[in-house]
Amino acid sequence: MRRLLEISNLTKSFPGVVANDDISLHVNAGEILGLLGENGAGKSTLVKAVFGLLTPDSGTIVIDGQAIEYGDTLGVISRGVGMVHQHFQLVPVMTVAENIVLGDEPKKFGLIDRKSAKAEVLRLSEKYGLEVDPDAKVEDLPVGMQQRVEILKALRKDVRLLILDEPTAVLTPQETDELLGVMKNLASQGVGIILITHKLREVMAVADRVVVLRNGKVVGSASPRDTNEAGLAQMMVGRSVVLEVLKTKANPKDVVLSIQSLEVLDDRKIKSVKGIDLQVRSGEILGIAGVEGNGQRELVEAICGMRNRVAGQVLVNGKPTKNLHPRSVHEDGISHIPEDREKHGLVSTYSIADNLVLNQFNQPPFAKGWIRDLAKVDEVAKELVEKFDVRTPSYANLANSLSGGNKQKVVVARELSQNLQVLVAAQPTRGVDVGSIEFIHNQLISARDNGAAVLLVSAELDEVLSLSDRVAVIFGGKIVAIVDAEGADRNYIGRLMAGLKA
Amino acid sequence: MKKFTSRNSLLSYIVIIAIAFFYSRDSLVTTSVAGSALLFGLPLAMAAMVGILSERTGIVNIGIEGTLLFSAFLGFFIGALSKNLILGILGALIGGTMMTLLLALLAVNWKMDQIIAGTIINILAAGLTSFFYKQGYALPAILPRWEIPFLSKIPFIGPVFFTHGPLTYIGLILIIALWVGLFHTVWGLRSRSVGEHPSSADSAGISVVRLRYLNLAIAGAFGGLTGAYLTLELVGSFDRGFSAGKGFTALALMIFGRWNPIGALGAAIFFGTAQAVANQLMITGVVNIPQPFINMLPYILTIIVLAISAGKVRPPAAAGAPYEKEKS
Repeated sequence: MRRLLEISNLTKSFPGVVANDDISLHVNAGEILGLLGENGAGKSTLVKAVFGLLTPDSGTIVIDGQAIEYGDTLGVISRGVGMVHQHFQLVPVMTVAENIVLGDEPKKFGLIDRKSAKAEVLRLSEKYGLEVDPDAKVEDLPVGMQQRVEILKALRKDVRLLILDEPTAVLTPQETDELLGVMKNLASQGVGIILITHKLREVMAVADRVVVLRNGKVVGSASPRDTNEAGLAQMMVGRSVVLEVLKTKANPKDVVLSIQSLEVLDDRKIKSVKGIDLQVRSGEILGIAGVEGNGQRELVEAICGMRNRVAGQVLVNGKPTKNLHPRSVHEDGISHIPEDREKHGLVSTYSIADNLVLNQFNQPPFAKGWIRDLAKVDEVAKELVEKFDVRTPSYANLANSLSGGNKQKVVVARELSQNLQVLVAAQPTRGVDVGSIEFIHNQLISARDNGAAVLLVSAELDEVLSLSDRVAVIFGGKIVAIVDAEGADRNYIGRLMAGLKA
Repeated sequence: MKKFTSRNSLLSYIVIIAIAFFYSRDSLVTTSVAGSALLFGLPLAMAAMVGILSERTGIVNIGIEGTLLFSAFLGFFIGALSKNLILGILGALIGGTMMTLLLALLAVNWKMDQIIAGTIINILAAGLTSFFYKQGYALPAILPRWEIPFLSKIPFIGPVFFTHGPLTYIGLILIIALWVGLFHTVWGLRSRSVGEHPSSADSAGISVVRLRYLNLAIAGAFGGLTGAYLTLELVGSFDRGFSAGKGFTALALMIFGRWNPIGALGAAIFFGTAQAVANQLMITGVVNIPQPFINMLPYILTIIVLAISAGKVRPPAAAGAPYEKEKS
């Protein structure tokens, strides 16, 4: 088989970390290589170096028998390498066609030839069976469609090596299956593919070979035929991981959180929650399954006091909550693990200790009148850092020194350490590594077992299905079905999520 | 040209009808007011181009004021010492480009906060031009007016548009050229991608740093041209603090014109018209307002315009943020 890509002894360090430590690996033509690893294992750094976006400290990258010049993205593209980036590399205010041709634009009389750009996009879209509207503005498109644009952009030049960096993070199960199909099809035409993902199921489904990175080093490789998901997870984390969520049957009691005919507007002042009724009982987890952008974010923000409610109300133990601001809602008994921990969960330039008491720093025992009791804060912080397994040299370090998983553990620790009645957990394990996911899941289950009413919102259908006791499917701002999680049919729910009449 | 919305065409009809109405009442005054509207407005429009070019590629530029001041200073003294206006223009262009390239060094290479970098430019220009300023120099002449044959004979349009100095024509043409460049050329598409989402440009093989430097250099040339226009064509002299806040007004016009060269030109002419009308009213004694209040007009308008457009317009998304290529 022909070697498409050969990486030898590649090392790249950033201030304070060695992101890639002497990595060697190769990809053959027609082969799908799964690249696995926890957050910060160095996967993205590695492929960025291949694509000329980073300059490695040492090592060589050979594409098709020829060493590449570092930092020469154009050269790499012209050698037939395409990349689908983890964070879409699309200009939101520009059209689909403009985005796809950017960097190598068709010209006519010195001006951009928009007509042939459009024609080219339509041709590409037909060739790969990925339908897009070339005139649509990227920012107006749903994420799944943006993903398509990103893929078409990568496929534009006759691609021989395609790199996909976590391409399925924002897709529905059906869209994911579709994408995996496209990948298999490309591989059968001789394209070499590197697939970076957290999701072991996808790797098992399409990869011919798997390479696992940990702390910047290659720690193992395997063929999916000879291993299973648990084996891969163990390689990633370095210890055995329980992938299945272990929980006992729920023992729900009274309704604690009650949402009645709630209507909410999104940022563009368009109604995105269109009359939602939900009841969550003490001791159960109600999961909301849905493709992102169907009103979940607005629903969560409206419950937690971060967004106005146009109509309807939210009751805790039968008492309506005042939607004044997040603190008043918090005082009414609702705890919140926000979707965007960087923006709403933490103050990244505060210490871990301050972040752990962020929502009660001004109340006893953390304050006496106007004066904070820092000794008490330290005492509690020390305890929580231990109990919630936050990996840090000291609770006095700044929050932004932590990895994504540990940041999330700080948020979870803060919200769960209080007298908990209602917990709203939005994307609690987004961008978190396998080991931390296991830990956070167990914490949510134990919160449930201690009598909290938990509302879980997650874009990961597997997470919703394995954690929840009941699943509500949201589509277009409405709850279209509520089913028991046990024995629920993945495909049935997937179709509901896509708006199809099951 | 989808950009030309129905709102804009409605506005243009109103303007044309208004001009026709006033022209039929008093052709002489209407012509002179329209002419001075262009005189007042054009330097503001050209200065706004400095901001548009900078921000469209992602550099917030509040140093326009300093760029104008320094280029006018260099243009005047080189013109006065060499007794050669062409050398004066060249001096102004070099002066403007020096200032924006300094901004590029501070903001692109050293990743300094861009507001502070712009402030440095303004303070530096004010300091340099005051320190080296000497009284008693004069230009040999100011740039001559060119009456364009035939075109200048058209009633109203002729005297308003076709009886100006060379830099006026060059300025107008370059503003239109910049609009075409930004929205219809490869350079423009790439520049805007760098100003909106630089990592996309980077991953398409476009050098963010090189484009930001190039565009700041071009912006500096626009600033230099503005400085040359003010000192060598419009006024013919130079004083300390000569730019008199035009660089800041230009920033407001850039926002009002939605970072679009034609939009900013329209906004500048609106400003110029307000100033010209106020002057006319005072000259004819229709209103009796003390001169300082008339002088305040551009600034008051700036505040009103910013208050109206605040929150409704969207600046280029990456403006103000240094681009970090190598992030883990």
